[in-house]
Amino acid sequence: MVGGKSFLDNLAKIYAIYTGGFIIFVIGLAIAEQMGLSNKMIGYTFMGLTIALYAFIGISSRTAKISEYYVAGRSVPPIFNGMATGSDWMSAASFIGMAGTIFGLGYDGLAYIMGWTGGYVLLAVFLGPYLRKFGQYTIPDFLGARYGGHAARTIGILAAITASFTYLIAQVTGVGIIMSRFLSLDFQVGVFVGLAGILVCSMLGGMKAVTWTQVAQYIILIIAYLVPPVTMSQKVTGFPVPEIMYGQVLQKIDAKEKVINADQKEKDVRTLWKAESDKIAADIKGLPGTLDAKKADLQAKLAALPPDAPAADKEKITKAIAGLPKDPADAKEKWEAAKKKADTQAKEIKPYLQPFARLDMKNMLALTFCLMVGTAGLPHILMRYYTTPSVQDARKSVGWSLFFIFLLYFTAPSVAAFARNEVLSNVIGLPIAQLPQWMANWGKVGLVSFKDINGDGILQFYELTIGADAIVLAMPEIAGLPYTISGLVAAGGLAAALSTADGLLLTISNALSHDLYYKMINPKASINLRLAVSRTLLVVVAVISAYVATFKLTIIVELVAWAFSIAAASFFPALVMGVWDKRANKAGALAGMWIGFLTCVTYMVGSRFYGLDIWGIKTISSGLFGIPLGFIVIYVVSRMTAPPSQELQDFVESVRIPRGAAKEHEEGMSTGH
Amino acid sequence: MAKELAGLDKQKLKDYWSYNVKLTTITMIIWFVVTYVAIFFAPELDKIVIFGFPFGYYMGAQGSLIVFVILIFNYSNKMNKADKDYGVEEEEE
Repeated sequence: MVGGKSFLDNLAKIYAIYTGGFIIFVIGLAIAEQMGLSNKMIGYTFMGLTIALYAFIGISSRTAKISEYYVAGRSVPPIFNGMATGSDWMSAASFIGMAGTIFGLGYDGLAYIMGWTGGYVLLAVFLGPYLRKFGQYTIPDFLGARYGGHAARTIGILAAITASFTYLIAQVTGVGIIMSRFLSLDFQVGVFVGLAGILVCSMLGGMKAVTWTQVAQYIILIIAYLVPPVTMSQKVTGFPVPEIMYGQVLQKIDAKEKVINADQKEKDVRTLWKAESDKIAADIKGLPGTLDAKKADLQAKLAALPPDAPAADKEKITKAIAGLPKDPADAKEKWEAAKKKADTQAKEIKPYLQPFARLDMKNMLALTFCLMVGTAGLPHILMRYYTTPSVQDARKSVGWSLFFIFLLYFTAPSVAAFARNEVLSNVIGLPIAQLPQWMANWGKVGLVSFKDINGDGILQFYELTIGADAIVLAMPEIAGLPYTISGLVAAGGLAAALSTADGLLLTISNALSHDLYYKMINPKASINLRLAVSRTLLVVVAVISAYVATFKLTIIVELVAWAFSIAAASFFPALVMGVWDKRANKAGALAGMWIGFLTCVTYMVGSRFYGLDIWGIKTISSGLFGIPLGFIVIYVVSRMTAPPSQELQDFVESVRIPRGAAKEHEEGMSTGH
Repeated sequence: MAKELAGLDKQKLKDYWSYNVKLTTITMIIWFVVTYVAIFFAPELDKIVIFGFPFGYYMGAQGSLIVFVILIFNYSNKMNKADKDYGVEEEEE
């Protein structure tokens, strides 16, 4: 049985066999493809098999022990906790979107690479080992114990749920997109199939099941991520280590960009974009009249259609009317975005390698900082360090976590570089009629689009738009690999989204069932009742998140970025000061958490919707103000009020040393099966 | 009084903590230099090109990450050793 003693003793062997089996399966599928297995069948086989596998692990890890349900029985060795944290951490955005972000932003996109890894250093030295020593079940648990009473715990619950829920919706959306693309299912259906995949992993076995599933998911996602760039590197440079070889590709990109900037036809396209920008500017200036005119124009066209006109024509105009901005304010926002794009495309390409070409230095520093602190403040990551057998293991485990994340993150810039080189060297300048097949394939789902605006029949740089998500997903086709590898990449993306969703779902339902219900409402609840409440909440939260995801709100992606700043500004200062400042007390912590949270949210909403601007800091880096303020407020208010009791000071003292760390909790042992 | 503190030498506890503070400070300084200082000086560092990589770019894409991994393992090894040196390690089960 998964999670039992013989399982724990043979972890390395079991997962080695699993990895080997998976590789053989992929090779077998590639052979079947040569023999004529259809793409659709390959998609179904990958999705079906991997989800069945996760379900198998989830079901055989079922448990009735509280400590297994909440913290995997504190039996996860550091390396495996590292892998589990890796897949818990790497979401659909890391797997599918990050290389694309660097592809588009060049040097400035590296803020994400550094920010999402450097946070682990903060976690390793400021929080991880101390949380393990504290040894309870959730992050609000720590706030409750350290600052006394329910007030700090309540803010902890609120912050944990706010940060995790937006993040969860993004993962469920990611699952829906992958399912719908590779299985040609309806998006809504895809979301609910994915949901079943998430629930079956977490419901019966809680943290224990999620941990062992996440390890399995990590192995799939890392294989899937590495295969295409390794092949690509071999093809382009003759040596299959993309992380080393892409240096020369960077030089090629730089040279090619200069050629494109000097090309006369490219200059023509830029001039056309300048004209487009001026046209949009006039439209914005003429609001609301211009919007009404556009609408009237389309309606007149619709009315002018002869009664026997094909339905498609009618539908096209109706759609265009529906696609118009709904009011002048909406029009202003949409058209300003369009103008911004046109303005960018009216200028020369900014060098890929040049620092601060797209994001100024101030914002790059601020973004990197917020992502780092946010990483160290996300509850679904922090709670993973409760699961190791000892404090020493928790310390090592942070190192292994970052190592496994590093394998993907330090490859991502090479994926971006190979893709950009391919586009600049082998796609731009081709006659439109001879564009490669992968562009048509990804054009169908709207990730690649082009428009021959100067009408010369040849593709210029600014006639092409590539969505960030296309880079990783299209890489196998760009590298000329069989469709099996595309299926593998999709399975990897699915693993990344599912594993993160599992961790988040558990964080939310634990905050509700453990912190709110058990600790605050009904402390006398029996173990069976607690588990029943937790499982019910898991299903409820999952269904709500899937329901919200079906609306495909565009704001979600933005909200995920906000979640980092919120976690950074509300959680991080109170957690760190709880360990590092013995004098920090309840009043200080409450004031610090509220002020950090409110400052952060005020700047977010203010800068996003009401033109608030301090030093030109962008909305995504809103935590920049809340984080230091949180620390200062905790420090000052604590010193203005009475010191914490001797008991609490001893508690801080005890958290600082490994001795006496809780082993597997006694509670609930007798009911295990 | 928390039970694990009983019987521990106060001075040793203090020394253990100041060792931890020192190690944490050094770790944070290196962390700061490889990210923020490296971003700040990226245009200058880019003048050095190794194996096709402008150095400033390399630090952002890979260099800082390698340092992060080393930093954490170094911290964990040193602290795990310090636990024993100062007599605050976990009891064997």
